[in-house]
Amino acid sequence: MQKSLLLGVEAIAQGAIDGGMSGVYAYPGTPSTEITEYIQHSKQARELNIHSDWAANEKTAMESALGMSYAGKRAMVCMKHVGLNVAADCFMNAAITGANGGMLIVVADDPSMHSSQNEQDSRVYGKFAMMPILEPSNQQEAYDMSRFGFELSEACEIPVLMRITTRLAHSRAGIARATTLTAQNKLKLPEDKLQFVLLPGIARKRYKMLLSNQEKFEAASEDSAFNSYTKGTDKSMGIIACGLGYNYLMENYPNGDCPYPVVKISQYPIPRTMIHKITSECDKVMVLEEGYPVIEELLKGYLEKESVVGRLDGTLSRDGELTPDMVGRALGFKIEESLEIPSIVAARPPALCVGCSHIDVYKALNEVIAEYGSGRVFADIGCYTLGALPPFNAINSCVDMGASITMAKGAADAGLIPSVAVIGDSTFTHSGMTGLLDAINEKTPITVIISDNESISMTGGQKSSAKGKLEAICEGLGVEKEHLHVLLPVPKKHEEIKDIFRKEIEYKGVSVIIPRRICVQKNIRDQKIKKARAAAKA
Amino acid sequence: MKTDMVIAGVGGQGILSIAAALGSAALDNDLYMKQAETHGMSQRGGDVQSFMRISDKPIYSDLIPKGGADIILSVEPMEALRYLPYLKKGGYVVTNSTPFININDYPEQEELEATIKALPNYVLIDADRIAKDEVGSARAFNFVMLGAASPFIDVPFEYLEEGIRKIFGRKGEDVVEMNIKALHAGRKFSEENR
Repeated sequence: MQKSLLLGVEAIAQGAIDGGMSGVYAYPGTPSTEITEYIQHSKQARELNIHSDWAANEKTAMESALGMSYAGKRAMVCMKHVGLNVAADCFMNAAITGANGGMLIVVADDPSMHSSQNEQDSRVYGKFAMMPILEPSNQQEAYDMSRFGFELSEACEIPVLMRITTRLAHSRAGIARATTLTAQNKLKLPEDKLQFVLLPGIARKRYKMLLSNQEKFEAASEDSAFNSYTKGTDKSMGIIACGLGYNYLMENYPNGDCPYPVVKISQYPIPRTMIHKITSECDKVMVLEEGYPVIEELLKGYLEKESVVGRLDGTLSRDGELTPDMVGRALGFKIEESLEIPSIVAARPPALCVGCSHIDVYKALNEVIAEYGSGRVFADIGCYTLGALPPFNAINSCVDMGASITMAKGAADAGLIPSVAVIGDSTFTHSGMTGLLDAINEKTPITVIISDNESISMTGGQKSSAKGKLEAICEGLGVEKEHLHVLLPVPKKHEEIKDIFRKEIEYKGVSVIIPRRICVQKNIRDQKIKKARAAAKA
Repeated sequence: MKTDMVIAGVGGQGILSIAAALGSAALDNDLYMKQAETHGMSQRGGDVQSFMRISDKPIYSDLIPKGGADIILSVEPMEALRYLPYLKKGGYVVTNSTPFININDYPEQEELEATIKALPNYVLIDADRIAKDEVGSARAFNFVMLGAASPFIDVPFEYLEEGIRKIFGRKGEDVVEMNIKALHAGRKFSEENR
């Protein structure tokens, strides 16, 4: 059969469609976004009536997926690693309620922080929740695991975490698809009507069940087709390679002639028998993990009894993603001398697009803030975070989704008046609304600028949950009408915008200013689609 | 048969269409391929690259090791130099000469050209001009570049033509022919100037 050329994330999406999924829930976040986009654009998914609309945030997404699982159907929820922090409340408790229909939680980590504010390793979360984890080592496994994940979830009656990383997510390979497709489950409520009611008395029982099921999860890992033990002749060292780490290992032995015994791990909890075997028969063990030294730390222990090498002893870098040459050096290979980057090569940092509405906002804001002194603009996560870089140097914080408003509030509470928040439309509905309510309830003197470009732009122009709703939300939360402004951020309105900023910064209560102009990239895409539709009609 | 190639450019220049044509060509001819690309933040006018690996044997790593690339194909001259640590000894740098200047400290054109010309193996080609004057469409410059790199890619040239047919097929025969013309123009330049 002809292979399909798919990104790792697309392979997961196709695997879920072929594996009987009834719905995907997600909030965009690099490198996870294209899973949901692929399903949204799939004709097959449309014909199967698979739900694929964007959710307001990762928590609402995960809860909806859990609800679909409760109703007996297979559901997938996707997010980037920091999105799991937002959804963590549901995530931890979903391990205790367990699943009814298969539930797959796909979390895309970003080691080396290509597009993220940290490089947290979601396997730690999986262990924290005591949930089985799948970690594909290549795109074919990603496809196969997506289908298998639903089966594992139903067999173990618990949601399953699939952890991927940037390089797997955004790399394409030929995928062999399954010849038979799995039909969707029928609606079927849980047999135990109290399974999902985590009252203390019930939660204690469910938690004991989760603890006793660990043995079952471990047995599944021992038998898993995704884990393996390969014999080796040189027992001076054994290698434990997790997920992508396995690829970088094999890259250094192109003829498959690795002399050391190797345990490949792509399903957790870690397969104990294989670990015992390799640690007992080899003098030392090298652990290759993409992300945190999770297994390495476990094996090494606080007392460092075992002879274990990896990220903790400096054999591999403690931070950042693995690379084939980094692994090669750790294995003792001499990496071929290569040319250096000539000194004339200048950095080319990402920048706001020409004509972007955020530019007009920052130009006006910078001039007004200069009148009060700098260091008082709390921003958020989106394209407008690029306002931190020259030529704007306009913002002083970017921490987590929604933190602009609440950090401005805390700073104002501390006496930093005026304090200003800059947040995007979608980030506002993701996690900004509740913080605004806090400020309104206390009449905190902050000025909130919702820089509305009517799309989730940084991740590629997905539909914003905020579209057409911002004024109503703000009024509903209690923003006074005379301190709620909508304006058009264009160069010729520069002075007018400054006047409104200045007036509202002076107001000793909550003001919300909404500069609104569609994202230039989104606009180009929309026009193209419109043109194509018109052409199709004609 | 094995080619490892770094494709480089600036976000928005469309380097992924080059990778798509190559990927399609590889897959249709039962070759193994992996192609890693940049998404997200750096797409906004930042430097972007794609690692393209084609082989008749299974490929493990999505990343090309340092000192492992047979070719650096860059649609922008300064970006070609950013990936030199990946170039294999004896490997080729094939780069467009038209700069994309969106930063203040972009190097002087003469110094940039001199640095490229000091490399042991290079093809410096004005793909923008060839696309406009010889092919008749400025947008085809990406495939002028692929054509210029083609003598060093260990994949039959017909496969590349097939790849272009495949990815542009639904846009009509005119678009297909124009991009194939671009491919040939690039190859011709490269063979005459390598």
